[in-house]
Amino acid sequence: MSTESTNFEALSVESASVVRQVSTWQRLSRNTSVRVGGIVLALLVLISLAAPWMGTVDPTLFDPASRDLLPGQKGEITTLEGESLEHTFLMGSDSFGRDIYSRVIYGTQVSLIVGLATAVVSMVFGVLLGLLAGYLRWLDGPMMRVMDGVMSIPAILIAIALVAMLKGSLLTVIVAIAIPEIPRVVRLVRSLVLTIREEPYVEAAVSLGTPTWKIMLRHILPNTIAPLIVQGTFICASGILVEAILSFLGVGLPPDIPTWGNVMAEGRAQFNEYPHNIFFPGIFLAVTVLAVNILGDGLRDTLDPKMAKRI
Amino acid sequence: MSAPILEIRDLSIALPSGGDRSHAVNHVSLTVGAGEIVCLVGESGSGKSVIAQSVMGLLPKSLPVTSGQILLQGEDITHAPLSRLRELRATRMSMIFQEPMTALNPVMTCGDQIDEVLREHTSLNAAQRREKVLEIVREVLLPDPERIIASYPHQLSGGQRQRIVIAMALVLDPVLLIADEPTTALDVTTQAQILKLVLELQKRHGAGVLFITHDFGVVAEVAHRVAVLRLGDLVELGPKDDVLRRPQHDYTRMLMSSVPRMEVTERPVPADAPVVLQVKQLAKTYRDKGWFGPAREVHAAKAVNFDIRRGRTLGIVGESGSGKSTVARCIVRLIDPTGGEVLLGGDDIAMMPPGQLRPLRKRVQIVFQDPYRSLNPRRTIAEAMIEGPMNYGTSREEAMRKARELLEFVRMDASSLDRYPHQFSGGQRQRLCIARALAMEPELLIADEAVSALDVSVQAQVLKLLADIRDRLNLAMLFITHDLRVAAKVCDQVAVMSKGEVVEYGSAAQVFGSPSHAYTRALFEAAPGKGYEFGAG
Repeated sequence: MSTESTNFEALSVESASVVRQVSTWQRLSRNTSVRVGGIVLALLVLISLAAPWMGTVDPTLFDPASRDLLPGQKGEITTLEGESLEHTFLMGSDSFGRDIYSRVIYGTQVSLIVGLATAVVSMVFGVLLGLLAGYLRWLDGPMMRVMDGVMSIPAILIAIALVAMLKGSLLTVIVAIAIPEIPRVVRLVRSLVLTIREEPYVEAAVSLGTPTWKIMLRHILPNTIAPLIVQGTFICASGILVEAILSFLGVGLPPDIPTWGNVMAEGRAQFNEYPHNIFFPGIFLAVTVLAVNILGDGLRDTLDPKMAKRI
Repeated sequence: MSAPILEIRDLSIALPSGGDRSHAVNHVSLTVGAGEIVCLVGESGSGKSVIAQSVMGLLPKSLPVTSGQILLQGEDITHAPLSRLRELRATRMSMIFQEPMTALNPVMTCGDQIDEVLREHTSLNAAQRREKVLEIVREVLLPDPERIIASYPHQLSGGQRQRIVIAMALVLDPVLLIADEPTTALDVTTQAQILKLVLELQKRHGAGVLFITHDFGVVAEVAHRVAVLRLGDLVELGPKDDVLRRPQHDYTRMLMSSVPRMEVTERPVPADAPVVLQVKQLAKTYRDKGWFGPAREVHAAKAVNFDIRRGRTLGIVGESGSGKSTVARCIVRLIDPTGGEVLLGGDDIAMMPPGQLRPLRKRVQIVFQDPYRSLNPRRTIAEAMIEGPMNYGTSREEAMRKARELLEFVRMDASSLDRYPHQFSGGQRQRLCIARALAMEPELLIADEAVSALDVSVQAQVLKLLADIRDRLNLAMLFITHDLRVAAKVCDQVAVMSKGEVVEYGSAAQVFGSPSHAYTRALFEAAPGKGYEFGAG
């Protein structure tokens, strides 16, 4: 042991290496998909918030004199007080004489709310059930069979049934879209929990005497967040899409509420003569869903590299 | 001496920008002659695998060769086109990988995979190829070649799979063989067989071998010459005995002094120290209740007996699947034993229900093998350190004060508390894990392969720390390892496990000095470089 005198520890490779790290935010802001998706979505949020000041009129107003106008034509519109206003119909008008531009812009609000709300609702329930199923072995079997059952019912069918039973309202539509998404989140969370619960740091927590609920909240839940955020964006995109489909089929929100699906449903009969009735809301819908999906892809690549390779 | 088979001249390979250094390999020159085995040794991050990949032309695009040449039998292959490399691979140079399961295609039979090499590079017909495949399978000493070549990789053992990989590498008689940690994933007895096989085949085929390893026992066993790498620099190159016994460079001397000796240093210990843990007839059986047919039973541990006194270290030694980790996990009650007693002081915790067990948990703490997974990546070191004490009612301030004290004890900076695990290296993390365990003031500390994932120099530091802790805190330690050198260094008593049973149990001096069980003897016989004297110069 005569060699102890030399400062060997300083020679060790470990002390020579400096651990460099880039923060998650930096990585996110460098990713093109995140940037593009994020900017487009931010614009849409801005549009939905600024809707009243964007040259719009009340989207429920109509004027029989201004029916079926082409994009850019001028016409009149009657306010609730009975006044007649001169108005330029940027995207034309529908067969009731409503301003499609105003309806599409206000529709952004509905779509974003529905997308966000379905994602939040299905994630909250999905995470809760998934954590329980993954960590409590006895609950796993029964819970997953129930989830399999829910998954076997077509999403649109659940939505139609719910809307038929209850009244078509924003809440009903959100619940109707969220329910079929829950099993997907549960499966994802459960599979994540099954891997994380075997990690040594969870076992270390067990031997430190940490109670089960604390282990789930502190050690397991935070490590499921990244893939969950990614899954959330995809649910959001599909929520927006399904809402439009439901409204288009006439089982979503009441027809007077301006949603992209409703606008398209009304334009359907006259598609040959006035394709703009469907074209404009369709563009908005496509761009929104695309932006959310691109954002989701970017998030997946940065937050969850393992999953990015798999898919 | 004839012209070298492989000549690496002044090779530099760049790392992507933003790393902690600019080069993975920095102006390295070395040669491998015909029939020569050159060992490339170094700790993780030394660039040894990168050199292997560069020779085979397997470097990823992010690691470009920035200067120097690689000559294979005089031909410059540094920037050879892919088509030329494809011709050379398997015929003139071939590679054996660390993990035979991932090096083989799981959906092709082993025979087909060897056959594929022949189909690509020769014009032999099917019958001739089959004859050749059988011949090489026989040469790597696999039993029942006909059955082996019809098997899929998962149907073979780890050692058999590695033999298949070796057969694939040697079937076309290459002049250069690159072995990248070929035995690291194998058990010590299997490792000994594979090393013997590589040596025999190398002699018979006369190939030059570039052998990459981090295990100095293996180096002592196989090398003719040794090249030592540190952070991409070649610090020492010379004949085996010069480098291992009379190292010139400080770094090599440090490495050599870190290699644990295979000899037991007996410590004087009071004979009347109280027993901390007593394990009686401990058993763990896994039952696979199928829906059809009889239940399958696997005895992971059966009738295990031992005890540990305060201030002593008991080592459990065994190969993978011997049940040593099962025993540790039963004692910590991460899994529930199916029989026997685990007496902690006067309490039998083997079957204790969770409610009663909780207050006792703090008395036994465990440090795991993988330092990268033992700390929750999303919690700071402070949160990890105070979690345990706070579970048992210590106030946050008191727990933090203790955490700072313990960090000092494991020789980490107090500023570590606010940082996250990914900001630390493997050895530092292992120190943090030890500190976290000590925060509970345990009577028994279990180290489950706690130094196995660490580089040899870091391993020496952590071993020293563990011995320090045991002496200063006077606690009992259960040390689980597959590495006999490490066991010899730290253990007072040793239990050798095989197939779920303790086959030999006694004082370290007795077990290492005069092993009585045949398995123990075989294990010692297989330890690489067992009789070799490493010197720090």
